[in-house]
Amino acid sequence: MTVTRLYPLLMVVPLAAIVLMLPAGAVAEGPGYLIEDGRHALVALLALALLLAGLMMPDKGGRIASTAALGTAGFLAGLLLLLRLHEGLGFRWNGGAAWTVLLLICGLLWVTMERLSALPGRITMILVPAVFGGMLVYFWEIFTVGFSVPQILLPAPSVIYATFMADLATLWVDFEQTYIRSAVPGFLMGCGAGFLTAIAIDRSPFLQRGLLPLGSLVSAMPIVGIAPIMVMWFGFDWHSKAAVVVVMTFFPMLVNTTAGLQAASAMEHDLMRSYAASYGQALVKLRLPTALPHMFNALKLNSTLALIGAIVAEFFGTPIYGMGFRISTEVQRLNVDKVWATIAVAALAGSISYGLLALLERKTTFWHPSQRKANT
Amino acid sequence: MSAPVYAPEAAVAPALSTRLARRLHRGRVLPIITVLAVLLAVWCAGTVYMNAPRSIEMLERQGPDWTFQQLLDATWSMDRPVVPTPVQVFTDIWQNTVEREISSRRSLIFHSWVTLSSTMLGFAMGTVLGIVIAVAMVYVRTLDRSLMPWVIASQTVPILAIAPMIVVVLGNIGLTGVVPKAIISSYLSFFPVAIGMVKGLRSPDPLQLDLLSTYSATRSQTFWKLRWPASMPFLFPSLKIGVALALVGAIVGELPTGAQAGLGARLLTGSYYGQMVQLWSALVMSAVLALLCVFAVTAAEKMVVAAHGGRR
Repeated sequence: MTVTRLYPLLMVVPLAAIVLMLPAGAVAEGPGYLIEDGRHALVALLALALLLAGLMMPDKGGRIASTAALGTAGFLAGLLLLLRLHEGLGFRWNGGAAWTVLLLICGLLWVTMERLSALPGRITMILVPAVFGGMLVYFWEIFTVGFSVPQILLPAPSVIYATFMADLATLWVDFEQTYIRSAVPGFLMGCGAGFLTAIAIDRSPFLQRGLLPLGSLVSAMPIVGIAPIMVMWFGFDWHSKAAVVVVMTFFPMLVNTTAGLQAASAMEHDLMRSYAASYGQALVKLRLPTALPHMFNALKLNSTLALIGAIVAEFFGTPIYGMGFRISTEVQRLNVDKVWATIAVAALAGSISYGLLALLERKTTFWHPSQRKANT
Repeated sequence: MSAPVYAPEAAVAPALSTRLARRLHRGRVLPIITVLAVLLAVWCAGTVYMNAPRSIEMLERQGPDWTFQQLLDATWSMDRPVVPTPVQVFTDIWQNTVEREISSRRSLIFHSWVTLSSTMLGFAMGTVLGIVIAVAMVYVRTLDRSLMPWVIASQTVPILAIAPMIVVVLGNIGLTGVVPKAIISSYLSFFPVAIGMVKGLRSPDPLQLDLLSTYSATRSQTFWKLRWPASMPFLFPSLKIGVALALVGAIVGELPTGAQAGLGARLLTGSYYGQMVQLWSALVMSAVLALLCVFAVTAAEKMVVAAHGGRR
């Protein structure tokens, strides 16, 4: 081991000692320190050891190991700070130690992400965003708890999680009403109708030239505005919400399917003609497959539109359950944590449906350039 | 006879006699007018259908023998219709835009202006944010890997659905007026800009980048002289989507403001008090506003393309 490899030891240890001696924030009795009992000391020591190990590890072959060590060190340091904050340690502007630790965590996780994103493989494609997302949630938690941000403004993730777990039954009823009964049928009907219309006008360029500009025009319009009209026509229950979703999802599907049906190249058309393929055969074997990437774009866009449409439509009249109803009533009662729990459900549902569609897209359009593995 | 051979061009309509008719048929004007006329007819028929029950009730009260003509007249001239006729809606818009003082609380121009101002602010903020994110993602690999999934995930949060809460919450800390609505608009409009600009900034091919590096161009020179101009064809389509989304965001953001001002507030009061004519004219007005915004972006695009000496 050369002397240069010992430099981190010489720099990190005194720095760590100073940080741990300094007050990190305020507790009820006075200044609070990061280390108050044995558990804290254990976590801090472990983090320090991993940090040093990560910094001093030889470069050759130690890249993954040192990255893991640095990442874990950052995680442990974050854990320590989080633990202390939940034990009643509030940040103060002179709580220099807390800020130093926070900066350290930030740096460590950044280095980890940087090294991870240099590595090839699918795991890093998931791991890097996961670390980044975890970091965002962590800072959200740290700042809301540390600065005791009023809950009305922004509840901490831990509070939201607790509410989420406590209210599972209510959330499920809302989810069932809004997602399963309104958004999904509306999505299926709207996309189905858009698809069928695109097929129907496929043989009439006249209708296409008439409908397509209007279709893209309608996409630019605030369609959610028709929600009150639909509530008036179809009543307060899910029918009106599904109707809004149908209108919102119809046009993107129509426009994209029509564009997709024209995506096949002249060469491919010629091939079909040389096979003496009928219109139907060419449609099923050539044009629908080439239209799939376009259709999936519309489907993915529509999956988020459907949820938005269903929720916003509930603002204009609804039975006493549903995610939109929950959001609008709990906001008025200032139960912001319940609102955020509902938002979490919506975000989860939206992400999962988007993810499922993306997965389906990868399985069905594996031949498309955008799905091939980048070879850079 | 064999089965019809597949030929896409054969689907073009039969020949028309005069040249003008053919040009009309091939162009986009006639199809659009046709579709619009069909839509208008459906609207009128729908008015009759939806208003009929109440009109029949009214006519029955006057006497048992009424004609279909009387029914039509009644459905098309109801005071508080279930579905207003096109004429009623456009009369209402005319009265509330041209014939009313702009300062009046009932002027649609006043409400449109309120909505438009927050749309513009939010659109500007969202565009800047989107461009900054795109530049960061193109130049910092770690951010490219880590941020992109979250930018996509950010749009699965139904922000429109929680817009009312954001407005209420920001109102609680003293942020009222244009800013909360603009924040919602910018959250919606940054996304297409970021996605489009990442594609656009990456669109120069390696040959062009190599050329600049043989000139020993600095990073900022490469950015301003190659990447930025190359991204323009990607920026403007994104901006068109972004400005439409910003308008939607502003309108939904106005829903919870207690029906003070803006097209969203008109929608809400129209819905609460069953003023269908008001509701429909607010809807039509917002559609017109959306068109104006998209046209403005298109005009800006033409100017920028002309300034770059390009022809598209």
